[in-house]
Amino acid sequence: MRDEHPAARALAGRHRLRPWEPIPWVLALAWYVVFPKHLGFGTEVLVTILFAVSLDLALGYAGVVTLGHAAFFGAGAYTVGMLAKHGVWNEPITSLLLAGLVAAAVGLGSGLVLLRTRGLTLLMLTLCTMALLEETANLGHAYTGGFDGLDSLPIAPLLGVFEFNPLYPRTQYLYVLTVLFLCFVFVRTLVHSPFGQSLTGIRENTLRMHAVGAPVRARLVVCYTLSAAVAGIAGGIWAQANAYVNLGTLGLDRAATVLIILALGGHGRLYGAFIGAAAYMMLSHFLSKIYPTAWQLGLGLLLVVIALFARNGILGIGAALWRRARLPRATS
Amino acid sequence: MIKRIAAVLAALALTAAGAEAQEVKVGVNLPYTGIGAEFAQLVDRGMELYLKLNPDKVRPYKITLIKRDVKDPGGANAKIVVQELLTQDNVDVLAGWIYSPNAIASAPIVTAGKKLAVIMNAGTAHITTLSPYYVRTSFSMWHAGYALGEAAAKLMHAKTAVVGYTDFPPGKDSLAAFKRAFESHGGKVVDEIPMGSAGAVPDFTPFFQRAKDKKPDVFFVFVPAGDHAAAVVKTYAALGMREAGIRLIGPGDITQDTKLQAMGAAAVGLVTMHHYHADLENAENKRFVEAWKKEYGAATTPDFMAVGGYDGMAAIVYVVQTLKGKVDADKALEALKGWKFNSPRGPIMIDPVTRDIVMNEYLSEAVMKDGRVFQKVIGRIDAVKDACKEQKIGPCAPK
Amino acid sequence: MIVGADVASVLLGGVAAGMVLFIVSVGLSITMGLMGFVNLAHGGFAMLGGYAIVYAMKVWGLGFVPALVFGFVVTAAGSAVLERLLYARLYKAAELDQVLFTIGLVFIMIAAVTLWFGPENQPVALPAMLQGQIDLGITRYRTYSVVLIAIGIVIVAGLWLGFERTRMGAQIRAAVDNRRMAESLGINIDRLFTATFAFGSGMAALGGGLGAEFLGLDPQYALKYLVYFLIVVAVGGLGRVTGVFYAALLIGVLDFVLKKYLPQGGALFIYALTILVLLWRPQGLFGARA
Repeated sequence: MRDEHPAARALAGRHRLRPWEPIPWVLALAWYVVFPKHLGFGTEVLVTILFAVSLDLALGYAGVVTLGHAAFFGAGAYTVGMLAKHGVWNEPITSLLLAGLVAAAVGLGSGLVLLRTRGLTLLMLTLCTMALLEETANLGHAYTGGFDGLDSLPIAPLLGVFEFNPLYPRTQYLYVLTVLFLCFVFVRTLVHSPFGQSLTGIRENTLRMHAVGAPVRARLVVCYTLSAAVAGIAGGIWAQANAYVNLGTLGLDRAATVLIILALGGHGRLYGAFIGAAAYMMLSHFLSKIYPTAWQLGLGLLLVVIALFARNGILGIGAALWRRARLPRATS
Repeated sequence: MIKRIAAVLAALALTAAGAEAQEVKVGVNLPYTGIGAEFAQLVDRGMELYLKLNPDKVRPYKITLIKRDVKDPGGANAKIVVQELLTQDNVDVLAGWIYSPNAIASAPIVTAGKKLAVIMNAGTAHITTLSPYYVRTSFSMWHAGYALGEAAAKLMHAKTAVVGYTDFPPGKDSLAAFKRAFESHGGKVVDEIPMGSAGAVPDFTPFFQRAKDKKPDVFFVFVPAGDHAAAVVKTYAALGMREAGIRLIGPGDITQDTKLQAMGAAAVGLVTMHHYHADLENAENKRFVEAWKKEYGAATTPDFMAVGGYDGMAAIVYVVQTLKGKVDADKALEALKGWKFNSPRGPIMIDPVTRDIVMNEYLSEAVMKDGRVFQKVIGRIDAVKDACKEQKIGPCAPK
Repeated sequence: MIVGADVASVLLGGVAAGMVLFIVSVGLSITMGLMGFVNLAHGGFAMLGGYAIVYAMKVWGLGFVPALVFGFVVTAAGSAVLERLLYARLYKAAELDQVLFTIGLVFIMIAAVTLWFGPENQPVALPAMLQGQIDLGITRYRTYSVVLIAIGIVIVAGLWLGFERTRMGAQIRAAVDNRRMAESLGINIDRLFTATFAFGSGMAALGGGLGAEFLGLDPQYALKYLVYFLIVVAVGGLGRVTGVFYAALLIGVLDFVLKKYLPQGGALFIYALTILVLLWRPQGLFGARA
């Protein structure tokens, strides 16, 4: 009886695998086979997707509008970079876990302190925290390489066997794809769990969640920390795939770009990160070969249009169209 | 019948072989968009002008420039661009690199790609040690910095100096070079002031105020070429430092030809040391500047970045001719060792050991002449090598 | 006496820099306080205004002061149009959409300026009267800095009078404190928003033109200094002219002092300070408690 109402059924089945969910992974594997010479670009897209997924956790699910998410990306990247460059530790998988831990620590610390605020204040605080980290990295150039960054990182072969070749990044691509898959599975499970549901509640109606007795701040901080950890892993694999780290990993440019990407694809829907990153980077890579300055103009117009008319990016438009397509059938 | 087929096949084979020997692909990476756009344009024009003025040196080969945008000095884009030029476009030679971080980031890929890579601007001293395939036709920060330190002590008789520098590796390089030369010739650097980052032009007033308070004989300033330089000259004038008896000196980045006229009278009295400016009075340069203005407009002017592109292309064409179109990287390096050329900046040579450039450095003073700012050469040091690698200092030491 | 000259030069330099920050940021503070709208394109208006001023001086040969007036008017008018057509649709929208819209707008502005003027820095030719040094008794200092300080004082006094003594000023203050109440009192909020937005952007243009001597003017201007403007507004408190004024002065002087005595620190201290201030008082030093 209780399973017959369509809304209840929908709610209970939220976590189930949709038929189209394997598509992005199939496409990613197909890319490996079909475009073996574009793997460098492909790896960059995959890392960006992971970074955008981490931001979605903070922004789309916890509702934290932040311009400072690159702080965690950079924290992860520099952890990997400094350990490798200074000859301390260069095994990739464990370095990656360390990167995630360090970024999580930064996320926890800043989250506890910053998430008391909201609106412009929170935006500014996230921005300043990231900028602070960037300046610190610049100051500590003896360790971080400063403006020039740390180059030619000696990353040990994966599992002792698969080498990271700078010219033909086959190993990098598959490695990054695997990490992305594992992290995504984790995030997806989290989002569909009761914890994730409470986050949605916090995002939609904070007041009510307080009234219900949910530990709002604690949930937000945990979510933020997890988001930071995933971002740190993204930064770590970026450093490993490129064998290079520099201040750009901590810059406003990177933080703003990932925000734009998530907005383009649609936030709060997990797969928005995939669509947004793929679309943005394809456009950027190929358009700017043809029309350099016009690329910025076009991007600006696109953002304005999306903000005004398509309130939740490409996936939002897609969902609205899907709903409209199904409506006549339901009423007839 | 068989003879005919054989003849056709032979003709095809000849044209194929001939076509391969005919076309040489040069992969160019420059920041065509973003903050470095105007620098990219200067180097690009320098390269194209060389090809235009010397078709006889290129014949019978065809040099195709494949141009890609690196967008920013962040390193990541440069890596992807270089990797794609090597694996997708299958270029024979790599060229470009305005920003040092991009050259540093590209080094492992260049080494793995085993192609000649000509650096046409990036000036951090130790870059050429990062890959055996890097050859530089532009400059090292130590060329001008070291020479100026020497000149300040010996020619200008300065005893004390304050150094102001933009806080990034070329700035630190400049500081190290100047300080080493100045102090080994009896001078003393009394203060070193990092003046903000290369990303944005800061308000130089507080830094210059601090320098003015120290009352040195000379104030050596290094800032990246472009808008920083104009702000420097303006602040120097606005704070009345010349009247206070402090001479402003620096590498030629602060009197970049493309910005010099806009600075106007405020620039008069500046003393700079550089390997090139458009007012150099040698025959080759007169020809170069004239051709440039004819090609790109009478109001435009080449500068040291343009010459980096010009000479870089000269090196590439030399290699193509010498190796008869088959540009094997190791043979190309051999060919360029000790290569000499009459550049618009004077005679240049590629050092056989370091693969870096050896060239003249000119001490110039900015004066007003015929209603425009003119750089008058008041001294010259011949055949200057990069002192950092010569003296094996810090990261320049062989690995 | 040497100490006096030292302190004087630091104060003068810092206050002058602060004045530029104030003139550009005051519009942002008022519109954000009034409309609750995160306008990241504000730096873009300052940039457009600066370019309009340069254009008027170079191409039409206008003098410095007439060009400043021109820049103000043109930018105010243009921004009013944008406000009515586009911004107004997003007043009730989520913060993210506002951020995205204004980022997109800034990109369009930067690209447009690059395509029209080119990527180089545009120098602003100051009239001879404003160049050089001026004798102030204790010390000789840059004339332009002193003039900027004077202009800043005039502007803040004018704005203060405007807010405290005029009807429209009272309306704006009322709307900042409690919009619904103001609406129910019959104040035409839409017109108020447009007028305030136009004025704020005009002020930004003025700041862009006046500050070009220190901060330069190129297509990246809109984003380069945005963080500074936002810091001034956040620290000062939204919607308060006096708040922005003091915050701008504080940051201007602090930045100057730090750059002079601790240049190795870079912008580190400013960021650290902003974080501390915002954690201690999230509404800014002078803002109303939310």
